Amino acid sequence: MSTVSAPAQSGVVGKFSNYLDERTSISGAVKEFGRKVFPDHWSFLLGEVALYSFVIILLSGSFLTFFFQASMTPVLYEGSYVPLKGIEMSAAMSSTLDISFDIRGGLLMRQVHHWAALLFVASIGLHMLRVFFTGAFRKPRELNWSIGFVLFVLAMAEGFTGYSLPDDLLSGNGLRIIDGMVLGLPVIGTWITFLLFGGEFPGADIVGRLYSLHILLLPAFVLIFIVLHLMFVIIHKHTQYPGPGKTEENVVGFPILPVYAAKAGGFFFLVFGVVALMAATVTINPIWNYGPYDPSPVSAGTQPDWYIGFADGALRLIPPHLETYWFGYTWSWNIIIPVLILLVFLAAAFAYPFVEAWVTGDKREHHLLDRPRNAPVRTAIGAAGVTFYAVLWAAASSDLIATHFKVTMEGVINTLQILLIVGPIIAFIVTKRIALALQKKDREILLHGFETGRIVRLPGGEFTEVHQQLDAYDRWQLVSYNDNAPIMLRPNPQGKITGGMRMRASLSRFFFEDRIAPVTQEEYKQALEHAHH
Amino acid sequence: MAKNENGKADIVPAESVVTGTGVVAPDAFTDPGLPPHRPRVTDLDPKAAKRAERVVYTLFYLSIAASVFAVYAYMFFPIEPENVHSVRMNTLYLGLGIAFSLLAIGIAAVHWGKALMADKEAIDHRHPVRGTDETRARAVEIFRESDEESGFSRRTLIRNGLIGALIAFPLPAIALFRGLAPMDVDPNNELKHTMWKKGLRLTRDPQGTPIKASELTIGSAFQVIPEGLVDLPEHEKLDAKAKAAVLLVRLKKEDLHWSSKERESWSYEGIVAYSKICTHVGCPVALYEQQTHHLLCPCHQSQFDISNECAVIFGPAARPLPQLPITVDSEGYLVAMSDFTEPVGPSFWERAN
Repeated sequence: MSTVSAPAQSGVVGKFSNYLDERTSISGAVKEFGRKVFPDHWSFLLGEVALYSFVIILLSGSFLTFFFQASMTPVLYEGSYVPLKGIEMSAAMSSTLDISFDIRGGLLMRQVHHWAALLFVASIGLHMLRVFFTGAFRKPRELNWSIGFVLFVLAMAEGFTGYSLPDDLLSGNGLRIIDGMVLGLPVIGTWITFLLFGGEFPGADIVGRLYSLHILLLPAFVLIFIVLHLMFVIIHKHTQYPGPGKTEENVVGFPILPVYAAKAGGFFFLVFGVVALMAATVTINPIWNYGPYDPSPVSAGTQPDWYIGFADGALRLIPPHLETYWFGYTWSWNIIIPVLILLVFLAAAFAYPFVEAWVTGDKREHHLLDRPRNAPVRTAIGAAGVTFYAVLWAAASSDLIATHFKVTMEGVINTLQILLIVGPIIAFIVTKRIALALQKKDREILLHGFETGRIVRLPGGEFTEVHQQLDAYDRWQLVSYNDNAPIMLRPNPQGKITGGMRMRASLSRFFFEDRIAPVTQEEYKQALEHAHH
Repeated sequence: MAKNENGKADIVPAESVVTGTGVVAPDAFTDPGLPPHRPRVTDLDPKAAKRAERVVYTLFYLSIAASVFAVYAYMFFPIEPENVHSVRMNTLYLGLGIAFSLLAIGIAAVHWGKALMADKEAIDHRHPVRGTDETRARAVEIFRESDEESGFSRRTLIRNGLIGALIAFPLPAIALFRGLAPMDVDPNNELKHTMWKKGLRLTRDPQGTPIKASELTIGSAFQVIPEGLVDLPEHEKLDAKAKAAVLLVRLKKEDLHWSSKERESWSYEGIVAYSKICTHVGCPVALYEQQTHHLLCPCHQSQFDISNECAVIFGPAARPLPQLPITVDSEGYLVAMSDFTEPVGPSFWERAN
């Protein structure tokens, strides 16, 4: 090969860069990504929070593994926490107490880990909502939505396995509920729990097994899916909010080097700092108050970590006596129905982008986001989903709602049962109407200008308020949205109308029959002329 | 698929992309382009820029100080044995040190990025995600060539053999997982029996001391485990307790309503024993409401009526709590007449047979 003739090779940095590049070709990566442009918006930070919390979880979790013993071997607690001294518990519980009371910074790291885990799931949830309500899942990003969905499920699995590790009273009860749920599943339930627990509940194996899942298998999958997720962000380039100068063919924003390196890099430290601040000042999961697991006692007001709440709520809302004996076997509908409801709910969330793509039949790439009001039915569906989830979630605290607000438990449960069905319908209708009203308002402002508050008295004595027209940039903000109209049902080239076509047509009517089209230049001109007369 | 439903000519962005329900009006407004750039205060006022610079570097130095403080806190706020206060101080000061060192870096870097670094917006161009037609044609050709060269479609026996082998090879791995549960134990059998048997005394949880019938006053409740449970080997103890835990209560005899004489004989002088394991998903039904004779599961709020054979009166549970038949022995201690007559705890598939 000819000798390399790079200009900047003098100095330590130059020499080192040259050394590195001749062995890694890294200059290519810098050239490719160094000035890559990212659009700016606060809502794009939600995904970043999720990513950074995962890094924090990895760091704090690695520290904890050096001290935690994932074993259910009974030991007598001899650590520093006096009230539990001499009490028999598993090595897992005992080592968790040691981390909390005998290792400097141990409690801090436990709390960093737990807070970051709660933040991880929360930020994934909010990020998903942002993606949903702005239509960021549309072509070409449907698959990345699926990957993100898998990450959401993995995050919940990580959370639950971690929650179960200390083998305290609460985590044991959580496992007992999982055991009871799985037992209730038809055909396979009994054997699945036996294999999971290594025999009967609680057995002596479950903590060790969950530990393998929690620190090895699940994190590996999370990592793989995060890499895939980010790879697609690079391939697709980030979406951007609509606005003047922003098109489907460009990305407007700031380059990675230096601005994003500073802002996103700094944001990692901000997230970590806030988590550390919470861990330093706010207690989370004080297992020493609960004591070791024992199948007999349980305290009132037990709660799962927040993200498992919706599943627990589903279990609580099922009416009594739902169990049948068919063909000599037990069908536990009080388990099967909630499990099905959860699976259908998750499946609906997973499938939504594909359903919408099928209904619209839109094969264009969409890199400009929708304002939620400009997709009224999608926004309404999202609001209905959020309401459904929220009711299930509230149900997980039915007992605390009853005690805190001094109402009957039965009243709370019955109300939530009704709300679970009625709530999403109301949310759908109200949200759709609000979105349409906002669209109409936009149209009104566009055609007639905005109110200036300036009152003018005309020569005839009439008072009128002066409306001022928007400038070209603000106007573009209000007219540049994606407009859809329902499909007309027409026979295909073979002269037939298939069931699928019928379904698609009626769905497209459901989505787009109430349609506020963007103002056109012609309409605008007419409105101006009208205003002058 | 119709290109567009209102039949108007569309402004279609790419070659021949199908817009589906999407509508683009022919006289839609056009993009005015990026608005004029507005300079920041730090661009116009050198003093403000200087101030921002000062804030940024001060924060970085403060971060160093906070890190040093965290190390100092680690050493000078040690955890003293049996002193919870020392744990609190250690966590607090160490945590605050770390938090402030991180926050200072974060705020400084973001402020640097926002106030001082060039803020001229940049533009990247997007390209369609799909590969170019040539690339795609070449990809198809590569597959065709390799199929040709390997005979994958032509040599069907080889191909089918490969597919079959690939399906079969993970099977041993699945079989291996059978070892997760003990080989010689039938779950169905385990779930149907508890430690209780004829003549076994009811004892207090957790001490394991027997209970005399005379010790129960009306309205009182005892957490009960079978005699001998405390002497079991450690790992068997919790398994046994998870099935055998019992709640013992005494009611006025007239408050108890029985479906049959036989069921009534399972109680003794108004003393009744019921499984404490919820028939819903197995939480301990730990809350006893003395006035109403109701038992409440704190996990999912199933309620059972003790005066009515523990029938479900509210909540997700489907079945009454199983009753443990009890009587007294010659010394007046409460004993079981037999094991439970049905499986305790959550329902399972093979429960009925």
